[in-house]
Amino acid sequence: MIIAIASGKGGTGKTTIATNLALSLGKVKLLDCDVEEPNSYLFIKPQIEKKHSVYIPVPKINSDKCNLCGRCQEVCAYNAIAVVKDKVLVFDDLCHGCGACSYLCPEAAIDEVNKKIGIIEIGKREKLEFIDGKLDIGQAMAPPIIREIKKHINPEDVTIIDAPPGTSCPVIESAEGSDFVILVTEPTPFGLNDLKLAVETFRKLKIPFGVVINRSDLGDKKTLDYCAEENIEILLEIPFDKKIAASYSAGELIIETQPEYKDKFINLFEKIKRKKRRHNEKS
Amino acid sequence: MKICITAEGANLDSKIDTRFGRAQYFLILDTESNDLEAVKNPNVGGMGGVGVQSGQLISEKGVKAVLTGNVGPNAFKTLEAAGIEIISGVSGTVKEVVEAYKQGKFKAGDGPSVDSKFGMN
Repeated sequence: MIIAIASGKGGTGKTTIATNLALSLGKVKLLDCDVEEPNSYLFIKPQIEKKHSVYIPVPKINSDKCNLCGRCQEVCAYNAIAVVKDKVLVFDDLCHGCGACSYLCPEAAIDEVNKKIGIIEIGKREKLEFIDGKLDIGQAMAPPIIREIKKHINPEDVTIIDAPPGTSCPVIESAEGSDFVILVTEPTPFGLNDLKLAVETFRKLKIPFGVVINRSDLGDKKTLDYCAEENIEILLEIPFDKKIAASYSAGELIIETQPEYKDKFINLFEKIKRKKRRHNEKS
Repeated sequence: MKICITAEGANLDSKIDTRFGRAQYFLILDTESNDLEAVKNPNVGGMGGVGVQSGQLISEKGVKAVLTGNVGPNAFKTLEAAGIEIISGVSGTVKEVVEAYKQGKFKAGDGPSVDSKFGMN
C-alpha cells in the first residue's frame, strides 16, 4: 500500500500529515520526496545510517570522432546541446540525463559522464524506515533523485510519500504508482484554487484521492462546497489550533504533544484502506 | 554584412523586443543591400533552453552581430561560440537602432546582461 501526500498549494500541511500518519502507524516506510526542501526529518529525527550520492549522465563530446552532423542537438528534447560553427556546446544545467544524444550519435562520439546532483539518506526511527533526498544547491533536476528514493519501495510494505507541492514534474514523479493520494488543503481562496489544479492532475493520472483540510475552521466554506459538488471525500479536518502550531514550531509531532490525535491518523489510514478496497472492486 | 535585431514585429518600424531568446521576431538585415528577412521566433513559448535554441537559429543565419535588449547566459554562450558580436541594452524602433549601429554608436558586450529565465512570463 503506497500513499502519497500531495497538495496544489505549498504550506498546507503535507509534512504534518505525512509524519504524523507515518509515526501513528509505526511500521512503515516514510519517503520524503520533496527533494528541493525536505523537512520530514526535522519531525521524525531519524537515525541516518547510510548516505549516497545521486548522479545523472551528461554528454561529453569526443571532438576527434564528432563530424558536427547535429543529430545530438536535433534529438535533445531539453535544448541542452547546440552545434555552432565548428563546435558542440553542452549545457549541463539543461540536461535531464535521458541519454538520447549518446544513443543516437551516428559517430559514437558522445560519452556519458556522471554529474552529481544530490544525495539520498537512509535511516530509521524504531520500526519506521526513513528515506529522503536532497538536491544540491544550484541543481534543477529533482526527478532523478525522486526516482532513486522510490527504488526503496516494496509493494508489500506500507509506504508514505511526502510529495513536493504543486502539479509539476517532481509531483508526478513522486505520486506516480501510488495506490492513493491524500490532498492536503486549507480553506482559503489560494488553497481552493490550487486544490482544483491538484484534483485535475490526479484525475488525469487515475489515482484515487481524498482531501484533508488543515486549519479547517479558518477561511470560508467554499472548499467544502467544492468537494461536495465534485464528490470528493473529506477524510480528515484539523482545526487551527495554537497547540498544534506550537508543537510544529518546536519540531514536534501532533501525536507527541496531543496523543488523542493518534487515533485520528489511524482512522485516516483505515478509511483509505476501505476506499482502496472499494476502488479495486469497481475496477 | 548581416545583423540580427530582435523585434516585436516584422518590419523596420517595429519596436525592439527586449528579450533575445523569447523575442517575437528576429529581423535579419543586410546592412549593404538593406535586404530584410523577418524570422518569426518559434521558441517564444518554449519550456526551457530557448536561449540555446534561438542562439543556434541565429548562428545559422550567418549574421555578424545581434542587437537586442537583454541576453541570458546560455544564449550568450551560444552566440559567442558562433563568433557573433552581442550588443545588448538597445531600445527604440528597429530603424533607430540600425541607424545608431551604422554610426558606430554601440559596443559589444562581454557577458550576459541578465540571468537565466529572465524573459519568462
